Amino acid sequence: MNNISRIKDVLKSFFAEIGELSFFTGRFFKEVFKRPFEFKEFLRQCYNMGNQSLFLVAVTGFIIGLVFTLQSRPTLEEFGAVSWMPSMVSISIIREIGPIITALICAGRIGSGIGAELGSMRVTEQIDAMEVSGTNPFKYLVVTRILATTLMIPILVFFGDAISIFGSYMVENIKGNVSFLLYYNQVFNSLEFSDIIPTTIKTFFFGFAIGLVGCYKGYNCKKGTVGVGIAANSAVVYTSMLLFLIDFIAVFITNIFVDI
Amino acid sequence: MSTEANNTEHIIDIQNLRKSFGDNCVLDGFNMYLNKGENVVIMGKSGSGKSVMIKCLIGLEEPDSGTIKIMGKDISKISTDELNELRTEIGFLFQGSALYDSMSVRENLEFPLRRHTKKFGKIKDTTQLVMEALENVGLAHAIDLMPNELSGGMKRRIALARTLILQPSIILYDEPTTGLDPITSKEIILLMMSIQKKYNTSSIIITHDVDCARVISNRMILLVDSINYAEGTFLELSTSKDPKVQAFFK
Repeated sequence: MNNISRIKDVLKSFFAEIGELSFFTGRFFKEVFKRPFEFKEFLRQCYNMGNQSLFLVAVTGFIIGLVFTLQSRPTLEEFGAVSWMPSMVSISIIREIGPIITALICAGRIGSGIGAELGSMRVTEQIDAMEVSGTNPFKYLVVTRILATTLMIPILVFFGDAISIFGSYMVENIKGNVSFLLYYNQVFNSLEFSDIIPTTIKTFFFGFAIGLVGCYKGYNCKKGTVGVGIAANSAVVYTSMLLFLIDFIAVFITNIFVDI
Repeated sequence: MSTEANNTEHIIDIQNLRKSFGDNCVLDGFNMYLNKGENVVIMGKSGSGKSVMIKCLIGLEEPDSGTIKIMGKDISKISTDELNELRTEIGFLFQGSALYDSMSVRENLEFPLRRHTKKFGKIKDTTQLVMEALENVGLAHAIDLMPNELSGGMKRRIALARTLILQPSIILYDEPTTGLDPITSKEIILLMMSIQKKYNTSSIIITHDVDCARVISNRMILLVDSINYAEGTFLELSTSKDPKVQAFFK
């Protein structure tokens, strides 16, 4: 009986959270078209997010390209298909590995940062102070951050993909003595718009999810320093789950429209 | 203890305010008014609903029932834009100062100023206004410091300067001297008095500090058992024979 009531409570709070998140999303769409547009704060957030994550995305992307090529090379060699390496790397990185890995890194870096920042602003009454001074804190803090992540994640994904492919090229150049032109020629020959467009659209949704969950957790942070930690932590956990869900839906929809 | 008959002169008028959090009723029919140029001190035990009352007053909490009129406007019946405009007439000094810690002192003061172009017009150079507000609190030299470089007393003063920059006619103080040493507390009290004199502001001060109440109050309200239990001047209340009232002054 105790377990049943516990499950009931968990389900209740889960659906309550979904409901609150839906209201929060609705409020975002209501506020996003209203004046003032807080363009300066939006640009500041874009710069901060891009600047903060660039190095991390670059290092991770480079290592993924490097390791991916090193791991798959022996198998391809066995089948005499090493020449397919650039195509395999580019398609898998552009379609799937690049976007999801970059988004997960940004969920950890940017999502938790937003959760902690807004959470501590809530706890120290800075959000209340903003509201009292006649400024709409939702517009200034939430809308700008969600828009910034929505714009910056696709850019970071492009950047991460490019570095990954370069990492892969380095292995191929060292192991197989393949020239830069030949490698990149094969990379671009194997890519089609049907590879790039759906994945680019997907990354906008990734960015939106990172900003939305980070802001939601931080903005509704419960009082106290413990609450700030929980907000930052749960922002990463919820965003990561949401990213995989979006990824699954995106692949499902792409499969319907594009013959892969 | 009841509200005065002539409501038209009241800059703030609260009638029958009720607010509960779940089963916990914190305000159960609270009434008060504030006259122009008056300082009203509200005292009550921790958790008695003082801060909730002041947050209802500024629209940060929504009351369960009751009416709150500020400058004749019922805040439950006005739009968000109208409420934001009204908020420029009300300064709020938070207990923890609530300075924006990602911004410098100058940016903290400029923040509300740049957002209220209706009241001030589009200001290109805010330096003069920022300096004037900082000079009022004796911290002009701190203009380029970050909040984490300020002491508790300095933070409280800067928060007061930020409140003053919008030239409000009402200032709400939420425990302005809590957590400060006696000397800094005295400085803050004197500062509050000089501001009131200079700008003819009306104030509601929530405090536990009897010295602060003695020096600054024109009238006091004691919040006990979720209602305004006793009301009067400091002298009247401090000499009251009611044990619940006496408990505040012992």
